[in-house]
Amino acid sequence: MAEGDVLIATHVLDYPYSRSVGPVIGAFLTGLRDGRIVGARTPSGGVVVPPTEYDPQTGEDVGEIVEVGPAGTVESWAWVTTPGPKQPLDHPFAYALIRLDGATTSMLHVVDTGSPDALATGARVAPRWKPAADRIGHVLDIEAFVLEGGTGGAGTGGAGTGGAGTGGAGTGSTTGGAS
Amino acid sequence: MSPAPRARRPVAVVSFAQAHNVRREDERNEVEMLMPVVAEVFANIGITKDDVGFICSGSTDYLVGGPFSFVTALDAVGVWPPRPESHVEMDGAWALYEAWVLLQEGEVDAALVYSFGRSSPGNLAEIMALQLDPYTLAPLWPDPVSLAALQARALIDAGRATEADFAAVAARNRKAALANPKAQVAHDRTVEELLGEEYVVAPLRRHALPPITDGAAAVVLAAGDTARRWCERPAWITGIDHRIETHAPGARDLTTSPSTALAAERAGVGDGPVDLAEVHAPFASQEGIVLEALGLGGNGGAGGAGAGSNGSNGSNGSNGSNGSNGSNGSLVVNPSGGALAANPIMTAGLARIGEAATRIWSGDSNRAVAHATSGPCLQQNLVCVLDAAWEGA
Repeated sequence: MAEGDVLIATHVLDYPYSRSVGPVIGAFLTGLRDGRIVGARTPSGGVVVPPTEYDPQTGEDVGEIVEVGPAGTVESWAWVTTPGPKQPLDHPFAYALIRLDGATTSMLHVVDTGSPDALATGARVAPRWKPAADRIGHVLDIEAFVLEGGTGGAGTGGAGTGGAGTGGAGTGSTTGGAS
Repeated sequence: MSPAPRARRPVAVVSFAQAHNVRREDERNEVEMLMPVVAEVFANIGITKDDVGFICSGSTDYLVGGPFSFVTALDAVGVWPPRPESHVEMDGAWALYEAWVLLQEGEVDAALVYSFGRSSPGNLAEIMALQLDPYTLAPLWPDPVSLAALQARALIDAGRATEADFAAVAARNRKAALANPKAQVAHDRTVEELLGEEYVVAPLRRHALPPITDGAAAVVLAAGDTARRWCERPAWITGIDHRIETHAPGARDLTTSPSTALAAERAGVGDGPVDLAEVHAPFASQEGIVLEALGLGGNGGAGGAGAGSNGSNGSNGSNGSNGSNGSNGSLVVNPSGGALAANPIMTAGLARIGEAATRIWSGDSNRAVAHATSGPCLQQNLVCVLDAAWEGA
């Protein structure tokens, strides 16, 4: 076989199973459908978000489901310049660990600010929800987090409108970098 | 917690082989990649498959895209006459742990451990996202680079490391890799040069990322007199332990590695001087975290991670191809180049144990620590202590 003349077979593997999510993750996903974010209280008084059925540090059962956020603070973030085809946004965005108000753990989600200059650790962000009719009880019922009080990121791809707005006041967030 | 288990039966790493790590193996399938590696790991010590009583492998079916693909890989060893055999959907370092446990039981005297990872046919960024929580993480498709970048920024924000520290780690490992004929990425570049690269996912630049690798590795473990017969200077496993943290990255302090620290304590890393460490830190930003958790990371406190990773590095080049740790002049870190030189999935951890053992056999090390990691942001960690001497043996 000549060099470069290589046979390639494409293979798609699919797992068409349905799973039950149980009382805790189920409460989280149901909350998202209803436009609320909930966590679970641990025996030591923490609030785990997203909730698990056990305390991630001790393994103890968690207790009551409590509402948190929906706004929170960016604990760390990573700017994705070239999103992959499956990633939630089709334009540059940040993955961020977000400590929602009232939570003691951080939740991974995406932040849509249009430019990395508009984002900083400590920035205040809030969810941009899908329309209620489109929410199905899924972590992407939150399209993205955006700067609190901001106009909702670079959804239109316009550098002029994206995220460089009013959010993050007093948190060290830089605004207007892309303008 | 029960007292740390210490090895009761002397078991040693007595042979190691690995494929030449490459970006893309188009011409050979997994079995064909493994066959020469398995042949070499036996030939090194003049044995055959008939001399091992157990075979254990580590790989992931997600790379191949077919369930039970690891069964096919056994063809590289030969399925007849049958041998007791097992597999872990993990790095081969954990397969080695399973084999070590079986050898402790005393029913067999030698075992073959192998692993392989051929990442090139698929999209590694997407495949690795599938190991995450299926409800709260995987649907966001966070790739390993983005997750490592979150960890790197947390380190920077905490004042524990700088981007220049990451570049120094990359420079040192890849310079060391020039002496590793199996390395995929090896070069001699300055920190300044590396800091001129573009970000891939800020704050990580190209140099801080591991390569995508197709590779395979194999190790032979043997107990007691069998080990001594096959190897002049066996690398005795005096302690081995593995620990895991929660699967939720947001519920962890990403700037530390408590699971590594616990595994190191239970494997007895601190029971004696360590002159060599082979750590599996796929991202340059992770090496300092691992070294500090192993208790090898310098003077501790603020900047501890930086101290571990600053050391003597490629930018001053005074230590030849081996980087040496700044706080402990006798400690050599990753003389192979580590996972920054080659990172075959499910294989780079086993290779760390093999690389460390190689240096015990050669007399370059008397007591070495090998480390393997798995999961996002150093979630799960294995620590293996290798010693040229088996106390009381």
